[in-house]
Amino acid sequence: MGFENFGTVSFTAEAKAADFITYLEAGKVMATRCRKCGVSYFPPRMDCPRCLSSDVEWFEIKGDGKLISYTVVNYGPTGFENDAPYILALGEFDGGVQIFACLSRDIEQKDIQIGMGLVVSPVKLPDNRIAYEFKKG
Amino acid sequence: MPERNVCIIAGGMSKWGVREASIIDMAQEAAKECFDDIPALKRKDIDGLLFASSYCGRRSFQVNIAPVVAERIGIKPTSMCTRVDTLCAGGSSGIILATGLIKSGIADVVMIAGGEKLYTPQRWETYYSELASIDHDWDGAQGMGLPPPYFSMTAQEHMKRYGTTKEQLWAVSVKNRRNGSTNPKGHFQKAVTIEEVMASRVIVPPLSLYDCCPITDGCAAVILTYAEKARELTDRPLVYIRGSAQAALHSMSINWPGEHLADWLHMRTAAKRAYEMGRVGPEDIDVAMTHDCFTISEIVEMEELGFCKKGEGGPFVESGQSDFGGKVPVNTDGGLLSCGHPFGATGIRQAREILQQLQGRAIRQVEGAEIGLTHNLSGLNVEHTILIYGREP
Repeated sequence: MGFENFGTVSFTAEAKAADFITYLEAGKVMATRCRKCGVSYFPPRMDCPRCLSSDVEWFEIKGDGKLISYTVVNYGPTGFENDAPYILALGEFDGGVQIFACLSRDIEQKDIQIGMGLVVSPVKLPDNRIAYEFKKG
Repeated sequence: MPERNVCIIAGGMSKWGVREASIIDMAQEAAKECFDDIPALKRKDIDGLLFASSYCGRRSFQVNIAPVVAERIGIKPTSMCTRVDTLCAGGSSGIILATGLIKSGIADVVMIAGGEKLYTPQRWETYYSELASIDHDWDGAQGMGLPPPYFSMTAQEHMKRYGTTKEQLWAVSVKNRRNGSTNPKGHFQKAVTIEEVMASRVIVPPLSLYDCCPITDGCAAVILTYAEKARELTDRPLVYIRGSAQAALHSMSINWPGEHLADWLHMRTAAKRAYEMGRVGPEDIDVAMTHDCFTISEIVEMEELGFCKKGEGGPFVESGQSDFGGKVPVNTDGGLLSCGHPFGATGIRQAREILQQLQGRAIRQVEGAEIGLTHNLSGLNVEHTILIYGREP
């Protein structure tokens, strides 16, 4: 499958990074790295924005990242009305890769601290949809 | 052909607000006021039309809108007739492009119009197509899309690093709503007190209702031409476009604008280039229209434009330095917080106010204003657009 079941609301069914979804189904959140210039990308890029090479490789985002910033969405965009309030967060992982994702509902707002440890993992959503989210590291 | 100097000679706006009118209806209202602003100009002398709109394709189901507008306002472009989209800076992009067209001789007299019809009978649409303004495959799929969550992160970062307070955010709202109270074209004409702002409902902490600009329908229009032509058409002082810049940086997911969320490197980059082209510095600006989509935005903008030091935007606005009588009056017509923000129209509304300020005929006049600046930020801080206007070329 491609991106048609990715996220709560998605817009693009076909994209060159479709293997991302196959990996996600297998429990892995993946990024890409350019083999030519060595730069890592999340969201994964199948063609390097820096050197424009198409020689990229997949690698798994593993281990603890840290929380850089977060925000509470009290009024969601269309498609997310029933999810609000939810928390969007930015995490930084090995090699400086930054990921933007929802914070798991298991984490209470009072327990959130900038700099806290995070892991990123796949999450199943209703209607057979899939995404990734942050859990406590 | 010697290089031409380019002038802005007329401006107009439709009424902005929640309108029972189509985008084309409002474009016609704005154009009419603009034509009335320069009676000596014949409509047949307008050879170019640039129309700035981001959502007309989706919310008004009208693509290639420029020829439709041209027909409704009774002009027949022969040099250029096209749409421009840089979201919140569309109108300013149009003014920069028109300046280049006129300087080069590709066009002679160009109308830059723009606007949005954002309220539709399908209210869900308003909160859906916002997701198209970002990297929707990734950030949109996570539920980012409406601007307040992003700007609340910026505000939190600014408060943490520089000690900026909520009272300083509210000072921006009180000032701009007071300035807008005498602007009949804006969305709101009601001034607010700091107590009302304080008591307004929380949107995303630390931002409350009055920290956010509203969703607004509206259009605006201005006309540009070269200086010799402008002199034939008006006895008013000429207002020249002296400098411009637009700096882009995709700032979601894989890029930050600068060192952190409240550090807008791309805005400094744009300001430096625009100041250099305009042969002025921040100390020369007499009046500025900056993009107050949120109160925190205006505070960061004071810093990145060089009106004050980095981190001192809060005290700068709280002490009245961006108000009448201060160092540089900002958003003298009420800004986005009062007028609203029909994306493509905002840069044009700002240009119209600067035109009136530099010609000494603004509703709230800055005495002796000779150099003005406009600024827009686009989307979730991906792009900054700056124009510098002056009484001298």
